[in-house]
Amino acid sequence: MRLELKDLPFDRGGALLVKRAVRNSRRITVSATHPDSFVHLRAWCRVQGHGFELDRENNSAVVTRGDAETQRWSESERAGAHEAVVDLPSQRWGLAARGALVEAGSPEFHFALSHKLEVWSEDAPRIYAQAAASQWDPATAIPWDTPFELPGDVEDAVVQLMTYLVENETAALIVPSRFAAQLHPHFREVMQVLAIQAADEARHIEVFTRRALLRSRQPGLSTAGGQASLQTLVEEPDFATASFLLSVLGEGTFLSLLWFIQRFAPDPVTAAVCRLAAQDEARHVAFGMSHLRRHIRAEPVFRQTLANAVRRRHDALRHTAGLNTEVFEALILLAAGSWHPADLIRGSDGVDALLQEMNRDRVKRLEWIGFPTAEAEELSSLHTRNFM
Amino acid sequence: MNDCLLLGAVAYDPKVVTIWDGFRTWFQKRGLPFDYILYTNYERQVQAQFSGHIHVAWNSPLAWLQSQRLAASFGRRAEAICMRDTDRDLTSVVITRQNSGISAIADLKGRRVAVGAPDSPQATLIPLSFLAQHGVERGRDIEVLEFDVAPGKHGDHIGGERDAVRALVRGECDAACLIDSNLLLFAQEGTIPFGSTRLIAQTPPYDHCNFTVLDNAPAALVARFQRLLLAMSYEDPEVRRLLDMEGLKRWLPGRTEGYALLSDAVERFGYLNRFLELASTQCASS
Repeated sequence: MRLELKDLPFDRGGALLVKRAVRNSRRITVSATHPDSFVHLRAWCRVQGHGFELDRENNSAVVTRGDAETQRWSESERAGAHEAVVDLPSQRWGLAARGALVEAGSPEFHFALSHKLEVWSEDAPRIYAQAAASQWDPATAIPWDTPFELPGDVEDAVVQLMTYLVENETAALIVPSRFAAQLHPHFREVMQVLAIQAADEARHIEVFTRRALLRSRQPGLSTAGGQASLQTLVEEPDFATASFLLSVLGEGTFLSLLWFIQRFAPDPVTAAVCRLAAQDEARHVAFGMSHLRRHIRAEPVFRQTLANAVRRRHDALRHTAGLNTEVFEALILLAAGSWHPADLIRGSDGVDALLQEMNRDRVKRLEWIGFPTAEAEELSSLHTRNFM
Repeated sequence: MNDCLLLGAVAYDPKVVTIWDGFRTWFQKRGLPFDYILYTNYERQVQAQFSGHIHVAWNSPLAWLQSQRLAASFGRRAEAICMRDTDRDLTSVVITRQNSGISAIADLKGRRVAVGAPDSPQATLIPLSFLAQHGVERGRDIEVLEFDVAPGKHGDHIGGERDAVRALVRGECDAACLIDSNLLLFAQEGTIPFGSTRLIAQTPPYDHCNFTVLDNAPAALVARFQRLLLAMSYEDPEVRRLLDMEGLKRWLPGRTEGYALLSDAVERFGYLNRFLELASTQCASS
């Protein structure tokens, strides 16, 4: 094979042409008119392990392909197939794209979450795509500048609710972030779901903080009982258990809470931040339910592990206050809309209905992922009083 | 000491530890008792070999000549047993700025030429000797600007060549000497802006490093070492990363005819005289 570089400089594309030609033919004759071409070609061939023979008379050189490139890839393997997720991907596939050809001798990684059973959901690609398409901009999606006036007590109640939401959403950001770093990248779509879930929570933290400080100089109260409840989530070492406690039970319960606040919101900003957050939370709940249902179907005994986690958490939190009084009272005040006794009764009824709805929906979710009704009811009743 | 083959290498870069730790493990797995000692400069390594501290020296071409001549002065014999495929048929080049008005070696007269470290075969000794052969002599015809990065490393550290080329690009000199592979590297990494320089000379091919043994080295261990080197395959992922770091695809048997250019250069400049004088005295008394 003959390759004519003419006056194309070797370091400006000439090397690419030679490389391509050598790949296709074991022996090529290269001719060139650029003065540096053969100096570069000789050095390049030496480094690549190719033979080089200069023919000064004909202003050409013969390049003979060495074996290095073939040898480099001789023991390589595909990191699975692009469209097929394997049960236990090799740690040596590391960060490679699913289906990529991985050179032998690549370093061994130590991703703790490497079993498909533990993490995978067939819904992950769809949930990620939906999440990516639903990202909203806190600067423009919320009517921050809409004028409104609230009585001081009502504003204080909103500030307290926002303070509580920030605290809970912080836990909801930390948990998926921690597991995203432990997940084998072969499960790309799950990694993406966890990443976008963390990004969702980052936005929620932003908008709840901004609403809290819209009229107030500082946020409200953070209680020891609330933090103790969240600490059990943040410190849960097992992915599936954490996902169960956070997404199925916690964020599931939060869905009812956010829609409740949205419904009784005294101002358009509070309504908007809760509505947008609730839409995101619904996806988090969907992913958690989807992969846990799959896990329980494949391994029914795993249900007991999850049930025990709820009981253990309940025992650990038995002596804590749970939901802080201020949050509870703020919810009543929001639902009441005023301090008038008749309104307060209506507000209290509303919060009672909220708690019943939370419980009813938790039972439904537990049943959907595979718990019998009686056990679902028991576990729902043991869920933390802090909601998350 | 003869129950383990001891190799000397010069620590021109931190990666040298990674490379020789890796090779040590690889040799030991294949039944060759092997260890290595690092030196800060080739002169100390050459003397250490003559003092019996090491059996094999991973030598620069200049260190090879130092060993060969020292051996001759003692009535002994040095042998080059293996080298990298990339140690064969190297060339050095002399480049100038595109607009310097220099088109041939003779045009360098009265100009300033940048080189690498004074002990660099590829960026100083061989190209300056080549220029002298063509009638342009250091001191008499040209002023030489040395970039003495990492003395004692015999130009293994490419910093000297990079500095010489940078000086050329900045206009602080009229020409620069470097090895051909660095010309390509500097062009690719942007140290030499595209189209800013021009080649005015290229030396004939010469050879670079080798594993040197002296005539009293443990023959069986050396033979096994040589066999294992030649058997290393780029297919083996364990050894491939080491070969990549050391810059080769396969080991080849040693040959010494490729050191003629450097030999001429050190003769011309009397470069080894002082070393041989000192080393002869020290090695004889040790």
